[in-house]
Amino acid sequence: MSTTGTYLIRGAAVLGAEPADIRIENGVITAVAPGLPVPGDAQLIEAEGLIALPGMVDLHTHLREPGREDAETVETGTRAAALGGFTAVHAMANSMPVADTAGVVEQVLSLGERAGWVDVRPVGAVTVGLAGEKLAELGAMADSRARVRVFSDDGKCVWDPVLMRRALEYVKAFDGVIAQHAQEPRLTEGAQMNEGEVSAVLGLAGWPAVAEESIIARDVLLARHTGSRLHVCHVSTAGSVEILRWAKELGIRVTAEVTPHHLLLTDELVRTYDPVYKVNPPLRTAADVQAVRLGLADGTIDIVGTDHAPHPSEHKEGEWAGAAMGMTGLETALSVVQHAMIDTGLMDWAGFARVTSRTPALIGQLPDQGRPIAAGEPANVILVNPTASRRVDPSKMATKGRNSPFAGLDLPGGVEAVFYAGHPTVLNGRLNTPHPAASKEF
Amino acid sequence: MTASGAVSSRTVLSSADIDRALTRIAYEILEANKGPEDLVLMGIPLRGYPLARRLAEKIAAAAPGVDPAAITGQLDVTMFRDDLARRPTRPPYATRVPVTGIDDKVVVLVDDVLYSGRTIRSALDALVDLGRPRIVRLAVLVDRGHRELPIRADHVGKNLPTSSAEQVRVRLAECDTPATDEVVIEGTA
Amino acid sequence: MRHLLSTADLSHRDALAILDTAEQMAAVGEREVKKLPALRGRTVVNLFFEDSTRTRISFEAAAKRLSADVINFSAKGSSVSKGESLKDTAQTLAAMGADAVVIRHGSSGAPARLASSGWIDAAVLNAGDGTHEHPTQALLDAFTMRRHWARLHGTESTGTDLAGMKVLIAGDVLHSRVARSDLWLLRTLGAEVTLVAPPTLLPFGVGSWPCTVSYDLDDALAARPDAVMMLRVQGERMDSAFFPSVREYSRRWGLDDVRLDRLDTLGLKDTIIMHPGPMNRGLEISARAADSPRSTVLDQVRNGVSVRMASLYLLLSGENSTDRTAQEQKR
Repeated sequence: MSTTGTYLIRGAAVLGAEPADIRIENGVITAVAPGLPVPGDAQLIEAEGLIALPGMVDLHTHLREPGREDAETVETGTRAAALGGFTAVHAMANSMPVADTAGVVEQVLSLGERAGWVDVRPVGAVTVGLAGEKLAELGAMADSRARVRVFSDDGKCVWDPVLMRRALEYVKAFDGVIAQHAQEPRLTEGAQMNEGEVSAVLGLAGWPAVAEESIIARDVLLARHTGSRLHVCHVSTAGSVEILRWAKELGIRVTAEVTPHHLLLTDELVRTYDPVYKVNPPLRTAADVQAVRLGLADGTIDIVGTDHAPHPSEHKEGEWAGAAMGMTGLETALSVVQHAMIDTGLMDWAGFARVTSRTPALIGQLPDQGRPIAAGEPANVILVNPTASRRVDPSKMATKGRNSPFAGLDLPGGVEAVFYAGHPTVLNGRLNTPHPAASKEF
Repeated sequence: MTASGAVSSRTVLSSADIDRALTRIAYEILEANKGPEDLVLMGIPLRGYPLARRLAEKIAAAAPGVDPAAITGQLDVTMFRDDLARRPTRPPYATRVPVTGIDDKVVVLVDDVLYSGRTIRSALDALVDLGRPRIVRLAVLVDRGHRELPIRADHVGKNLPTSSAEQVRVRLAECDTPATDEVVIEGTA
Repeated sequence: MRHLLSTADLSHRDALAILDTAEQMAAVGEREVKKLPALRGRTVVNLFFEDSTRTRISFEAAAKRLSADVINFSAKGSSVSKGESLKDTAQTLAAMGADAVVIRHGSSGAPARLASSGWIDAAVLNAGDGTHEHPTQALLDAFTMRRHWARLHGTESTGTDLAGMKVLIAGDVLHSRVARSDLWLLRTLGAEVTLVAPPTLLPFGVGSWPCTVSYDLDDALAARPDAVMMLRVQGERMDSAFFPSVREYSRRWGLDDVRLDRLDTLGLKDTIIMHPGPMNRGLEISARAADSPRSTVLDQVRNGVSVRMASLYLLLSGENSTDRTAQEQKR
């Protein structure tokens, strides 16, 4: 571990509570208390009016590398992550080639280490080539240098119930978790948007809520039967929240995630036919948005995952049916969650830390992430200005993707600084430098 | 309206003036045509049509045996205008040709105001698509000058010298509210 | 009006303006010289990503009667990917100086994309997009119904709407862009609409539509409609389990000879039978029904040219076209 220096953050409200000073030395928080003396060699960070939070952890990021470097690279995606307040991201497996072998996951891990902006944790594919037919070498990925613990065919559903059962059982050997993209494929053939009043008028093939809910219902029952850990990606419907609530009451080991866009946007936006609003699962109704907000607030939904999915512009500007699904989200997640959950009174900043940092780190088994802001803990800390406001402008983002559905919205909250393993990757709201441990040369 | 100057408005033809002018035009038409033979009056919407009807009534009164309805028609020129792309959308009016048709007839085009001459140019084009009259004449209630095309009227109710900043408004009982007849010049004083 | 994308965008006033203008256009069609100079020097592009000879010919005739230059651009089978194709094609058309683009596309919303993308500054007319809308078809249907309704009431059709008229639309509503466009327009014009279809061929969410929904064609006929519109049903739908067999569909939801005769028994002597075409005789409509004196199918085709002339004229002659002219002059 190289030296990252000494910092004194003065007057930050830790998790939104009383202001205190935070001392960071060589990657570790060494003191948290009001009125700490400023060590002679320390860089002083004035944080009056700012909130200190644990670095955000994204369990659901598409970094596109290897294979789709025109859409995103690990470098650009992790810059975006740092600017968004993240200190760790999980890179989804649907790269080209698919991350279904130890070789690919180790490559993604290395790319992340070389970039040095955040921890990059590769997610392994459940099935070979995401084809849903044959289990990938889950054990080899778990044992690799990447130490994969989260497995997902995200983008595709592990639809075959036998295969899903086997996967859930198999990962018990190394305490892994299957993160399911819940989408019944037959019910969603050709699906373009949420099936409801808007799809009826627009003449776009519907993606019914039941296609998500039926898979979640099946999977929680499989998880109960096998005693395994299940994680449900991007929950989007009110019915899904009800099923998860029931499953948790029964003690089934299931965790669930919601995306920022499903916390804010509805299918009414599709009336524009602008493919920037095309995403999988689709934007749902206002009632669904309210249900996932309440589910996140009461713990039925455990975490926020961005499902950051950058696409080159040519895949997002034609007619709706021909456009790609997905939205960028890393650089807007904090603002959207503040707007949807905190400014509405549904959640406080301690709750924010739970759903964006502590719980995703537990699910992903990242021992250095999602920790309390306390002496002796790893220095993954961010400073947030909750009174800031900005108009979202995708052309100014670090991600290569310009497909932000929040473009033009005025959203609250700004990430002022990010300390990643003791090093400020972001200062004054701008990218600083990558962690000095990053080795840019190959 | 601009802030400068109130709008002045003066009546230049009263209801009685209009009626006298139309009577005179009706007699001129009969005289020029040496009787009512082959006459067809084609009014240009909006106000040319009621004027054509009134002229036909007067012609019928002077020349017994003429059915005013049978010699009156309406000629819409909207689709033949040269300014379609420069003005707000105008929905077209109906074109109605008397049952006799216009081939070999003496067609009198009737309009309320003759100004640039562009409407009449459009009317001549529109007429060509409907048939081949023997003679085409033009009758207008008011000629206010400022011609932009080599067109003149054969029968004029009143010549009104105007400035191009002024507007000539014709009101007719058949199509205006309140239902009165008058010609007014409006312009900034 | 800048574009014609959906009948849902048409106000009562807009709709009447198109229908009334179409009446004047229809009158021109009865004259010896069927041509008007209104769009002389304007370029209308028929951009068809899907085959539809009938609709294309109708638009072509309409544009030519208004003296516009017509370019037919069949983009079907283009090798470029879908997204690039729409943009590239639009930019090509813009470079060619198109004033109006008549677009038929298999994807719902493609005309809306073209109109809002900024790739091209032309008026966009939706000639059918996916299962979304087909506004000129709805306008010609309404035009046909209005003439019938006015004749029944002994009035001129110009200036009137369809207040009080009862219209039954039966068939594959789920996949029908005609049903959607018809419904919004007929409601705007004051008609009452009943949709009849197998439950599988009604969209999820149809409950929020401003109409009555029924699964029973006989009940709906007994409610004494003034017009019965039969929608085309594709036999392939059978393979996707929308209904068990063509015969069963025809028996329950087809306008067969028995139901045709029932119109007489019910004393509905003035009820017309409509179909947007092309018809599947023997499936959704019997040959006798299609050819009966009640059928307005050929009137619909004829009226199609008139409403398309009216639409082109109103879109290309207004102040919006002034903006375009001004921009061209600046260049």
